[in-house]
Amino acid sequence: MSQASIATAQPTAAGYRTGGLHSLMRRRSTIAFLMCLPLLIIILGLVLYPAVYSMWLSMLNRRMTAFVGLNNFTFLLSRDTFQMVVMQSVFFAVTAVVLKAVIGFVLAHLMHNIPSGQQRIWRGLLLVPWVIPLAMSTLGWWWLFDPSYSAINWALTGIGLDPVPWLGATWWARISVILVNTWYGAPFFLIMYLAALKSVPEQLYEAAAIDGASAVQKLIYVTLPMMRNIISITVLFSLIITFANFDIVRILTNGGPQDQTHLFATYAFQVGIQSGDIPLGAAVSLFMFPLLAVFAYFTLRGVTQRSKEQM
Amino acid sequence: MLKSKVSRRRALQLGAAAAALPLVHIRTAGAAGRLTIGFWDHWVPVGNDAMRKMVAKWEEQTKTEVVIDFITSVGNKNLLTIAAESQARTGHDILAFPTWEVLNNARNLEPVDDVVKRLVAKYGSLDPIMDYLAKSEGVYRAMPTFVGSQNKPCCARFDIFKEQVGLDLREMCPAGETMGPSYDQWTWDTFLVAAEKCHKAGYPFGLPMGTFSDAVDWVGAVFRSNGAQLVDEKGKITVKSDQVKSTLEWFKKLCQYLPGDVYSWDDASNNRSLISGKAALIMNPPSAWATAKKDAPKVAENCWTFPTPAGSQGRYIPYLPYFWGVWSFARNKPAAKELIEWLMQREQVEPLVTAVSGYDLPPFASMANFPVWQNEGPPPGTISNYPTKPSHKVKASIAAVPAPPEVAVQIYNQATMTKMIARVAQSNEPIERVVAWAQGELEGFTR
Repeated sequence: MSQASIATAQPTAAGYRTGGLHSLMRRRSTIAFLMCLPLLIIILGLVLYPAVYSMWLSMLNRRMTAFVGLNNFTFLLSRDTFQMVVMQSVFFAVTAVVLKAVIGFVLAHLMHNIPSGQQRIWRGLLLVPWVIPLAMSTLGWWWLFDPSYSAINWALTGIGLDPVPWLGATWWARISVILVNTWYGAPFFLIMYLAALKSVPEQLYEAAAIDGASAVQKLIYVTLPMMRNIISITVLFSLIITFANFDIVRILTNGGPQDQTHLFATYAFQVGIQSGDIPLGAAVSLFMFPLLAVFAYFTLRGVTQRSKEQM
Repeated sequence: MLKSKVSRRRALQLGAAAAALPLVHIRTAGAAGRLTIGFWDHWVPVGNDAMRKMVAKWEEQTKTEVVIDFITSVGNKNLLTIAAESQARTGHDILAFPTWEVLNNARNLEPVDDVVKRLVAKYGSLDPIMDYLAKSEGVYRAMPTFVGSQNKPCCARFDIFKEQVGLDLREMCPAGETMGPSYDQWTWDTFLVAAEKCHKAGYPFGLPMGTFSDAVDWVGAVFRSNGAQLVDEKGKITVKSDQVKSTLEWFKKLCQYLPGDVYSWDDASNNRSLISGKAALIMNPPSAWATAKKDAPKVAENCWTFPTPAGSQGRYIPYLPYFWGVWSFARNKPAAKELIEWLMQREQVEPLVTAVSGYDLPPFASMANFPVWQNEGPPPGTISNYPTKPSHKVKASIAAVPAPPEVAVQIYNQATMTKMIARVAQSNEPIERVVAWAQGELEGFTR
């Protein structure tokens, strides 16, 4: 082989570099990474960084000049008001999620049985509470519950009943905020359950009918097992969102009367932003994070296991 | 080949001219730099426009480019802005700070002692409450301003008072420099009797008892005028006192004569109760009366603003001042201070206060004589007593004072006083138990 042909056959260092970069760029994993990069940057910047920063904040003193470890959390646990906020948040979230799930389930079944041509209008109407901005719809509810000029009370007195202190008395105020949250969130359950119902194969119901199953048995042995995954995910998602609720309580009661409707978010705002103790506010808002994370882990693990079993 | 249209000689001339340009001082907009301001978004709609025009004058005089944002306090957006800018250490050069926010952010605020000293030398001293709210480590961290600063005196229906209580409010507190002979009898005991009579007549007092500032402010003034303090100036918890207990007993009596839903009232509820003609008295700036002037003129022409009653320890009026502060990380601190000082001159303050029909109160007593408060009506002179005068014999009050500010801000914003009253009057809890509950809360605040 001549010198000239050897020189032609050996690539230059620059050629290696170009070829390496070229092959790197052609790898599917690289392309996937690059395409995910904008999303990763958004998650890092808007989710991970604020989360880590708020954890850091929750471990500082009031003036944010010294690291105090878990002192803010232990202090909160020793306070009666915070213990009440924990109880109320759990009561609010669990009650509202159960109500939303039940109402959504019933509505989804009713909707499923409506002829498909007429479903669209009902679906649209029932989704209205969910698509209206929550702050705006809550203002509408506030006018209905207004202490002095409540439209509901006007109707009640019109039929000879006593007016109800919707926002002024402890239990009525709690019921009011749960009611509004349920009104807002039930359409989400409806739409998720309706989608799940539509994906249940009709043959299963036909087979159950041949076996002589009643409507209740079909529900228990066919519908519910087929919907388990979607129910789990919907409940988990809704529970997290409901625990983090702010707008409804802030607009309707501001945590009152006597702190009896405060949730984590509203109490964190009062302590952190209004009272100038941002670290303590961060500690309040992070309080449920470990519990919800554990709950989310087990729920999602169950969903994954069931999905594998079905495959 | 392309031939250049610019000759070599012409190119040299252009180059020399460009090089000499910085030597020629051409004053254009923005020549003195850029200034960004976050003013409070005024309740009175014309307030923002008036401020914008006023700042434009300064902008023209100083050739500084000014960018103004009006930040609303609705939904505490101003508090969120302050917290965000303080954390990020970037934002506006000048920002409006409500009552407690100067001390919450003192470490990030530029000292403005020089501005305060010059203005005090010209217009007289500031109320001691300003030292409490704006001084940190002996240094003023923000300038008390007039925009948004308000008193919350009584605003009552003088027709109902005359008919039902037998008290002529315009005679007791006329629109002048002196008060009437019956003024000294205007005490919280008289107030209680008046509340009972008006309640019986179907016009209860519209006094909120919730967690919003209107409720906390007026309740704080009653506590203060009775010497009932929750925490003293050294941070010692003093809630277990006879004064606190007797004040709670007084409130229990009063609450019988208030609408049953006052525990859930917000800052608009009391205004609505006056405007709708349901209430005989509220404690508020003249905004309720101003709205009534448009929406319920018959109510407005029977309204009269006058000082709060006196208690055993004096007469205190709820006062909520605003401040203008300059961030320590501001980019144009000299211009920021210059503008604040310019805006606080009487020549600028008077037209701005007049534009908002006297809603804003200057921090200097020497500016309490603007004609706007005498001229506004109907009825003529109805808000003459809105700014405090020497004859009122009142002191400014902020709920929870004299507790150290870092404790007081929590008592104020967590509405400890109104919650105590709600427990006593709404939930019928024994006073001893309520005081014990408050003691626990306050221990948490003073940690």
